[in-house]
Amino acid sequence: MIRKIFKGFISHSFLILMSFLSVFPFIWLISTALKGVDENIFEYPPVFIPKCLTFENFIGVWKQIPFMAYFFNSLIVAGFTVVLNLIFSSLAAYPLARMNFKGKNFLFCLVLATIMIPFQAIMLPVYLIVLKLHFVDSYGFVMGYLGLILPFAVNAFGIFLMRQAFLSIPKEMEEAAFIDGCGVFDIWRKILLPMTSPTLALLAIFTFIGSWGEFLWPSIVLTNKALYTLPVGVNDLQGMFSANWRFIASGAIISIIPILVFFIAMQRYFISSQNEGAVKG
Amino acid sequence: MNTFYKKYIPYLFLLPAFVLLAVFFFIPFIDTILLSFKDFSTDIYNPQFIGFSNYIQLFKSKEFYTMLTNTFLFLIMVVPILAVLPLIVAIFINQKIKGVNVYKVLIYLPVIISIVVVAIAFKWLYAQQGILNYLAELCGLSAIGWLTDTKFALLSVAIVTIYKGIGYYMMIYLSALIGVPKDLYEAADIDGASEIKKHLTVTIPQIMPTIALVVIISSISALKVFTEIYVMTKGGPLNSTKTIVYYIYERAFENLDLSMASAASVVLLFVILIFSIINITCFENKRYKI
Repeated sequence: MIRKIFKGFISHSFLILMSFLSVFPFIWLISTALKGVDENIFEYPPVFIPKCLTFENFIGVWKQIPFMAYFFNSLIVAGFTVVLNLIFSSLAAYPLARMNFKGKNFLFCLVLATIMIPFQAIMLPVYLIVLKLHFVDSYGFVMGYLGLILPFAVNAFGIFLMRQAFLSIPKEMEEAAFIDGCGVFDIWRKILLPMTSPTLALLAIFTFIGSWGEFLWPSIVLTNKALYTLPVGVNDLQGMFSANWRFIASGAIISIIPILVFFIAMQRYFISSQNEGAVKG
Repeated sequence: MNTFYKKYIPYLFLLPAFVLLAVFFFIPFIDTILLSFKDFSTDIYNPQFIGFSNYIQLFKSKEFYTMLTNTFLFLIMVVPILAVLPLIVAIFINQKIKGVNVYKVLIYLPVIISIVVVAIAFKWLYAQQGILNYLAELCGLSAIGWLTDTKFALLSVAIVTIYKGIGYYMMIYLSALIGVPKDLYEAADIDGASEIKKHLTVTIPQIMPTIALVVIISSISALKVFTEIYVMTKGGPLNSTKTIVYYIYERAFENLDLSMASAASVVLLFVILIFSIINITCFENKRYKI
């Protein structure tokens, strides 16, 4: 009995410590953001609860930084990236899972090969291609968005995930539909997609998180501040408010609110232990 | 199954994905290799084929060895901790105790937050008069230049990468722990094994493939580290945090030295290829049923 209580105590202590370390950097950011100009943010010992709590930093940074624009840019980019990934991955996965055709193994290996190509190693030619296709913001908003979205509109991981999901559906389902006069495209749309909706949801969520946090590519292609996504905009805070950590902290906190809301709403998808298939390299 | 589709149908389904893969993966991949054999320095619009000169120049430059060393040092700092710590966390989480979901959510939180924000948060912790230096002084140390001292900068960046990865690898381990047969633990209980011994003799051998998988995945992502460095140190101080991807970025997009950037990209491709081949031959071929 005593041993059990002791074991519980150790477990909780350890997990509380890990959880604390996990949120601590953000708590410290929030604490700094809430301190007014009269309060020394470098005080020793550090003060966690601001003596004169104020929202003026949040208001100040909100007035100077177009967070709503950054938010909508992020939303458009992440939203379309998700939708295109779902459509293209599940389209490509269908024949790879179900049909026999010439070159199937070769094409599948080609998809497989893209896992081994890190984006960071090919980003320079990708950039040159995007320039050549005029998918950059100097040709307008739509072209700018296309440049941010298209290079990530399909990835091998999504194709694999959907192929695995399709493989788990009994073939009889499709045969029955075919006998009822259903076309191939309708089988895909009306049978395969609805039956794999949990996998689609998983793919959507993880693609969304990845796209939402992406920094390297947008920071390369974007020249027009009006098209900045949240991560690029947040990084820009450092240059704008060089030593004003109250503002930088406030801006950083504002920028994570949308993804926090999303995380809390979708938390069962994130923390369920059944997402083995969603693990991405 | 009867073939109820026409011959061209499969290709029609594959077409959109393959057009995109071709434009944004296969062609750039081939381009990277071609560019690395060309000289851009005389005329950027009309590069000349120069054979292996770029590679010779790259391999002769001191910077190349600095960034290669940094990259592998970074990998050595990050990978062992990311292989072990999330496993310990997962073992603690995988018990029947109260509040597990709260712990899971909190520990997973850094995974979903953009690395840019995480890096900024740490930059603030690492500030010269910041909270970490306060703790250092409490321990009787003098203030550490976390991001300004060449001895500490790479480690400071590695801490951020580890921090952001714990929750992610914890979830991978959790899904593996669920698959460990319960009766093995019962047998260990009968033998009177202690908690720690139980995990050493049962858990670890059972989930060895997952540990190896985590080592490979975290190695590959350590080799690709960029954003933390860009936000916190920009490769400095004195190149002490310049890793291979940062080097490529700097060459390609700041110095417009496309030749060196491409040659270094090919080196990166090659290194990641080796890790990926280990990955695929060991784990993935079962998963993807090639």
